[in-house]
Amino acid sequence: MAEVVSMADIEATAQRHGIDLSSVDLDSIRLPPGEDFGIKSDDDEDPHQEDPLEFEAGFGNTIVVDNLPVVPPEKFEKLEGVVRKIYSQIGVIREGGLWMPMNPETQKTLGYCFIEYNTPQEAELAREKTNGYKLDKSHIFVVNLLDDFEKYMKVPEEWTPAEINPYTPGENLQQWLTDEKARDQFAIRAATFTEVFWNDSRQLMPDLVYRRQYWTESFVQWSPLGTYLATVHRQGAAVWGGATTFNRLMRFAHPQVKLIDFSPGEKYLVTYSSHEPSNPRDTHRVVLNIFDVRTGKVMRDFKGNADEFAAGGSGGVSGVSWPIFRWGGGKEDKYFARIGKNIISVYETETFTLIDKKSLKVENVMDFTWSPTDPIIALYVPELGGGNQPARVSLVQIPGKEELRQKNLFSVSDCKVYWQSNGEYLAVKVDRYTKTKKSTYTGFELFRIKERDIPIEVLELENKNDKIVAFAWEPKGHRFAVIHGDGPRPDISFYSMRTAHNTGRVSKLTTLKAKQANALYWSPAGHFIVLAGLKGFNGQLEFYNVDELETMATGEHFMATDIEWDPTGRYVATSVTSVHEMENGFHIWSFNGKLLYRIPKDHFYQFLWRPRPPSFLSAEKEEEIAKNLKKYSKKYEAEDQDMSLQLSEQDRKKRKMLQEEWEAWVGKWKQLHEEDRELRVQLREGEASDEEEEYEAKEVEVEEVLEVQEEVVAFDLDED
Amino acid sequence: MRPILMKGHERPLTFLKYNREGDLLFSCAKDHTPTVWFADNGERLGTYRGHNGAVWCCDVSHDSGLLITGSADQSVKLWNVQTGAQLYTFNFGSPARAVDFSVGDKLAVITTDPFMGLPSTIQVKQIARDPSEQTSESVLTIKGPQGRINRAVWGPLNKTIISAGEDAVVRIWDSETGQLLKESDKETGHQKTVTSLSKSADGSHFLTGSLDKSAKLWDIRTLTLIKTYVTERPVNACAISPLLDHVVMGGGQEASHVTTTDRRAGKFEAKFFHKILQEEIGGVKGHFGPINALAFNPDGRSFSSGGEDGYVRLHHFDPEYFNIKM
Repeated sequence: MAEVVSMADIEATAQRHGIDLSSVDLDSIRLPPGEDFGIKSDDDEDPHQEDPLEFEAGFGNTIVVDNLPVVPPEKFEKLEGVVRKIYSQIGVIREGGLWMPMNPETQKTLGYCFIEYNTPQEAELAREKTNGYKLDKSHIFVVNLLDDFEKYMKVPEEWTPAEINPYTPGENLQQWLTDEKARDQFAIRAATFTEVFWNDSRQLMPDLVYRRQYWTESFVQWSPLGTYLATVHRQGAAVWGGATTFNRLMRFAHPQVKLIDFSPGEKYLVTYSSHEPSNPRDTHRVVLNIFDVRTGKVMRDFKGNADEFAAGGSGGVSGVSWPIFRWGGGKEDKYFARIGKNIISVYETETFTLIDKKSLKVENVMDFTWSPTDPIIALYVPELGGGNQPARVSLVQIPGKEELRQKNLFSVSDCKVYWQSNGEYLAVKVDRYTKTKKSTYTGFELFRIKERDIPIEVLELENKNDKIVAFAWEPKGHRFAVIHGDGPRPDISFYSMRTAHNTGRVSKLTTLKAKQANALYWSPAGHFIVLAGLKGFNGQLEFYNVDELETMATGEHFMATDIEWDPTGRYVATSVTSVHEMENGFHIWSFNGKLLYRIPKDHFYQFLWRPRPPSFLSAEKEEEIAKNLKKYSKKYEAEDQDMSLQLSEQDRKKRKMLQEEWEAWVGKWKQLHEEDRELRVQLREGEASDEEEEYEAKEVEVEEVLEVQEEVVAFDLDED
Repeated sequence: MRPILMKGHERPLTFLKYNREGDLLFSCAKDHTPTVWFADNGERLGTYRGHNGAVWCCDVSHDSGLLITGSADQSVKLWNVQTGAQLYTFNFGSPARAVDFSVGDKLAVITTDPFMGLPSTIQVKQIARDPSEQTSESVLTIKGPQGRINRAVWGPLNKTIISAGEDAVVRIWDSETGQLLKESDKETGHQKTVTSLSKSADGSHFLTGSLDKSAKLWDIRTLTLIKTYVTERPVNACAISPLLDHVVMGGGQEASHVTTTDRRAGKFEAKFFHKILQEEIGGVKGHFGPINALAFNPDGRSFSSGGEDGYVRLHHFDPEYFNIKM
């Protein structure tokens, strides 16, 4: 049907039927609904059309219960009552939504019934809960979704071998790393657009890579190594990537997905959704799926009510802390774990089952974290029994589950654990009660993981009562920074785990007094740090060099809410997201605090640098490069210079062009204006007063008599 | 130079106008009395008493003899500039928003707001030489645009009228027949309410400011969009320098949204842009509320701004201003 018809043919046909083609308005032609005349629509990119929508009236919310007893009409009502009782516990059965068909000849039931719920979620739950339900010995329910019947009916009787598709080479998903100018990419989300840009710092502006409207329904997220960009939709999540454009690589079906999380090696994707319970007394139902990113297969799913997935602790506050599953063992994605009541469940990804088929039992465990590089878990158990049983931080090796190190702590109110990015050090911030129990003070327990027996050191600040505002390890380094103090101008201290003359002990490097800062952002390459005063401090920024212990620059991004270093540590992005209405947009700074460019964007939601996978260079090689930096940098400096010359040349040309354009326009106007002069004079009734009129400035002296006063002055006549 | 602060109004400023010679500055505010000042030193010369509502707009005749003011009290009044005497009152059924004298001062265009079921209108009145012969009849009444018409001005040779307002569209009308001649494009035009419109000194182009945070420069004959200036605040007022290739715009967060945390948050600066290159030159701070009115002195050596804060700030440019190299 969709053959190509040439314009000449159309004209000929029209002539035959006596139609004047020029009088036909082609835009007014509407196809009958549902008819496409065999012409395939080519916007199959629209995800809304691809997946069947869940209509309230569809069969998605209907289940079929099989293996019911076959009963005569006398017992019909009784059986119906029983079935209704069982199934209305799970959800709300629609009015008239229970139908038990009868054999018209024998007047007996057929041994099955249909139940329609209000939502597909309820139907799904009913299937899950009552499939295999024992009504009595000989009646074990078999429950299926009505929608599934169609699927089962289609299964062919004969086995046919699966077709093997010919291999087509995929795109190079790492293409962006081979950029000639070694630029980094970032994704932003503003209003309805999601855009990916190169950060072109030489041109002092971003360079658009890809832009798409309505790309995601809630947020976007890069995978940890930067290969994929994940989007979130009502039907599930999707990942995008490719050599030059962003193509959809895989879809992960998960209705109403709310949160997603990649494993650190980006092999797996965890998706999460929670569903309103149909019965308000119940808690939310939670569904978690773990997908293999490359194949799109569900590796394991977890379902249950929200309480089961709430954070640990005894009783604890309910509410899910994301990510529920935390990945351990570095980039190999070997293990993942979640906390439960008195347990930590550790799974391994070979079989997606619990290690040793059982969870790690830890009474009252409150929180745990993985080492970023090794399969070691740090867990924290709070104080119990009114202080009789001390609080405890311990390190547990996986998969052996042996305790590597343990530390008991007394009069503790709270603990927080910070790993250094190489897993070499661990800092535990301990808030302790003072003797009166009225206030708390803070200290640090520092673990040296890589040393024999894991020595622990205690660090207390000079002023023990200082509140800790922020703490951050130097990535890949041995230093850390702490913001401490009360009031509007806290102090910032830097410590090192090993200095040249003091290798085994922590020592203070310096303290910066009275800084307007409440957040710390280390460069991912270490050495440099941004001390930022966000929110209440209106976006004060200080770029600090920790090697030299000196401030490189200070700046301000008024109202800034977020700061992110690029993965190479060359640039810093500060942004104001739509938490405020005004000032939305982002600024890009160099690592040493020079403002490179500013981009205002209304309704600005996200700024995300595209992460880079770790370098393949060995540590020695990196060191060598760092040593010979001068040699390498010459080439780039020359390039920079060329570029800036070229830029200024371009700029000059553009300005000249604009100027010329303008002058041409003004010239044309002046001519028209001149032609109108006569008419204008007429309008002014002969007064030749155009703006070009010359008038003389005359100086006029005006004398004004303000007051006349008469005064009689006494005159002494008797003067000599 | 230090700006001169002129405190004479008790309510937010709405409009500023210099006379042709640039020695007088007329200011309108939401209090009911338009005021005239010496444009050089900011001394107050006098007020025009008689209105009974906010005064939205004014214009002064070529010879600085006649002042016309439009007010929310549903009237437009003619005044003797020198004596402050009320000469004539046009009465309307709804608040008057914009007024503008034609070339030759024989006509005035007036816009009225939609009010109590009445649509907004653009009306042309004849202005008599002798006030005693003044009549209230309209020569022309144009209806059509939705919402308030915030500004209406005369085009070249009084042949056209340019209007803009809440529907974000800039329109050119035939001033004889009332026919719609041209309309700005939805795509390239403003996206939100046009708040201000000001003509260049030679009347060849005009600048519109809008709540969509931009100002646009248009050809007055063809309504071609020439330039767009993007800023980060809603634009309430704009003006074109008669001397240099500069434009200035002012505005800021809506008064009802102004936070109390920091003055900078509201963006109450007057921002200067290079007219041709569309690049930002700088800003003039000072107001502690949004700027509602801006005007350049006809000599281009000073400008004044009026704010929601009730102040008029008169700025004489420093010599460095004239040496700015872009």
